[in-house]
Amino acid sequence: MTLEARLVRTLGRFELDVELEAKPGEVVALLGPNGAGKSTAFRCLAGLLPLDGGRITLDGAPLDDPGADVFVPPDERPVGVVFQDYLLFPNLTALENVAFGLRARGLARSEARARAGSWLERVGLGDHAGHRPRALSGGQAQRVALARALATEPRLLLLDEPLAALDVGTRGGVRRDLRRHLTTFDGMRLLVTHDPVDAYALADRVVILEAGRVAQTGTLAEVTARPRSRYIADLLGTNLLRGEGRGGALVLVTGAGVVAAEPVTGPTFAVVPPSAVALYLTQPVGSPRNVWPSRVVDVDQQTDRVRVRLEGPVPLVAEITAAALAELALQAGDRVWAAVKATEIATYPA
Amino acid sequence: MTRPAVVSTTARHRRVGSERLPAPLLALAIVAIAFFALPFIGLLWKAPWSEAWSILTSPGARTALRLSIYCSLWSTALATVFGVPLAWLLARVAFPGRGLVRALCTLSMVLPPVVAGVALFYALGRRGLVGQYLYRWTGYSLPFTTAGVIVAQTFVAMPFLVIAVEAAFRQQDTRYEEAARTLGASRWYTFRRVTLPAIRPGLVAGAVLAWARALGEFGATITFAGNFPGRTQTMPLAIYIANEVDPDEAIILSLILIAISFGVLVALRDRFLGGGSPQPV
Repeated sequence: MTLEARLVRTLGRFELDVELEAKPGEVVALLGPNGAGKSTAFRCLAGLLPLDGGRITLDGAPLDDPGADVFVPPDERPVGVVFQDYLLFPNLTALENVAFGLRARGLARSEARARAGSWLERVGLGDHAGHRPRALSGGQAQRVALARALATEPRLLLLDEPLAALDVGTRGGVRRDLRRHLTTFDGMRLLVTHDPVDAYALADRVVILEAGRVAQTGTLAEVTARPRSRYIADLLGTNLLRGEGRGGALVLVTGAGVVAAEPVTGPTFAVVPPSAVALYLTQPVGSPRNVWPSRVVDVDQQTDRVRVRLEGPVPLVAEITAAALAELALQAGDRVWAAVKATEIATYPA
Repeated sequence: MTRPAVVSTTARHRRVGSERLPAPLLALAIVAIAFFALPFIGLLWKAPWSEAWSILTSPGARTALRLSIYCSLWSTALATVFGVPLAWLLARVAFPGRGLVRALCTLSMVLPPVVAGVALFYALGRRGLVGQYLYRWTGYSLPFTTAGVIVAQTFVAMPFLVIAVEAAFRQQDTRYEEAARTLGASRWYTFRRVTLPAIRPGLVAGAVLAWARALGEFGATITFAGNFPGRTQTMPLAIYIANEVDPDEAIILSLILIAISFGVLVALRDRFLGGGSPQPV
């Protein structure tokens, strides 16, 4: 009783190729920047976009398998979907929206309405049954959309950016509600989001998507402890370098060598905290094993800290104090030397 | 070079809301309104009001009016039944030659109606391309019948509906249809329950335009269906004949037609014909 999928789909110049898995009761978050392929993966799973390759099986039954010429259309998949803008039918009441899927499956009107009513009760909107979507708040609309998707008793529930349509003020409360309602559903749940806070609050496991590929999977804690994607590194505000271990040092594609605390071999990631990067106007002589010539790309002042983005053989972000910035009088285009102690650099195999 | 912004200290700044309208635009727009209003005022000015009631209640006028309404409603219904699927095909299905098909299906809108009538004759007439078989097998011939009037009106009126409905299909957010599909709705169920309600404003607008066109249809009707009182003589035909014989009657009949059309346009004005505030989705 699981979802097993390898999704291969080309859209213009974009290529998606990811493997996904979800077990009953599990909430998996598909997390990644815009354009990483989250929506494409979501549409493939819902049956709104056929695969070019790979295969989707749910509880052992194939839903899409181009190799075997199998494609189950969206209306025949045991998959419930909550869309980003909820997409409640504007001409129907909340109750009629929830009853829609049941009516579409041939249930008699009275029976469909009775079941829809009890679903609205379950999400705490029993007294809003007669309201049109226009009269509902964002959080209420989301709960109606959830009830509408669950009313058809799917095995897999897909949620596309379930909180993106809400303003910041209401998001926290709605997120708590959603979490509560999600736990009452025993099927597999897959959440697409670009917000790590949502992933952290709602998901047991995250799948990081980058440029159409899975960059990393695991719990959010595991993923952030050892980032393997630019996206996660940027979220954490740290520098992630990737290279090849040669003679104990890490050699980047630029040819620059990075000396870390431990000698490394093979493909390796290195994390360099911005606060560990020191800047000098002239080439320093001293204990730091790593000294690189760099050029300032931009300077971003945040109250008392300043983030200085550098380009050079080793692209880095350095974090310095406002006082240091004033003393060095750094501007975009200036040439500096960046120094990092080997002991500040954590490494792990790529 | 940028010109420095100068804040005038002498001119009094008006509130934005009360800013003066550009005079040339306003003048031309008023000329346009006068251009539309004057002919109707002319009719009202010339109308023989003392005889109005007797003309209105004369059997000839009532027959023509009844026939006009009967035929125009039928052709609106036919235009809707066939035009909505056609508009859907043109808007949603990419097929080779779509542009040509669209041009073909809207050609009768820009054609002189007389040409449409002649063309219909050679297609559906007793010796026409299709009409000859119809006559041979069933003994039925379309021209010079009330059904012929309806066919002629549908032929010239349907493009108005197709264009309005196609635009509505194109503007529609298709994600609602996707949502319906994921809820277990078949394509047909989705079309009926989600797509059609969403295009309703465009459909009503298109149907009204088609109906108005059918009501006013003259050239194709007289060419294809002839001018037989009680059978094919609709209001425009009756007005044309009356204008030769009894201009007073022509004026009164014209005013009736104008009153009906104007009444419908006003009743539906902002809601469906593009005016007023945008429709909430």
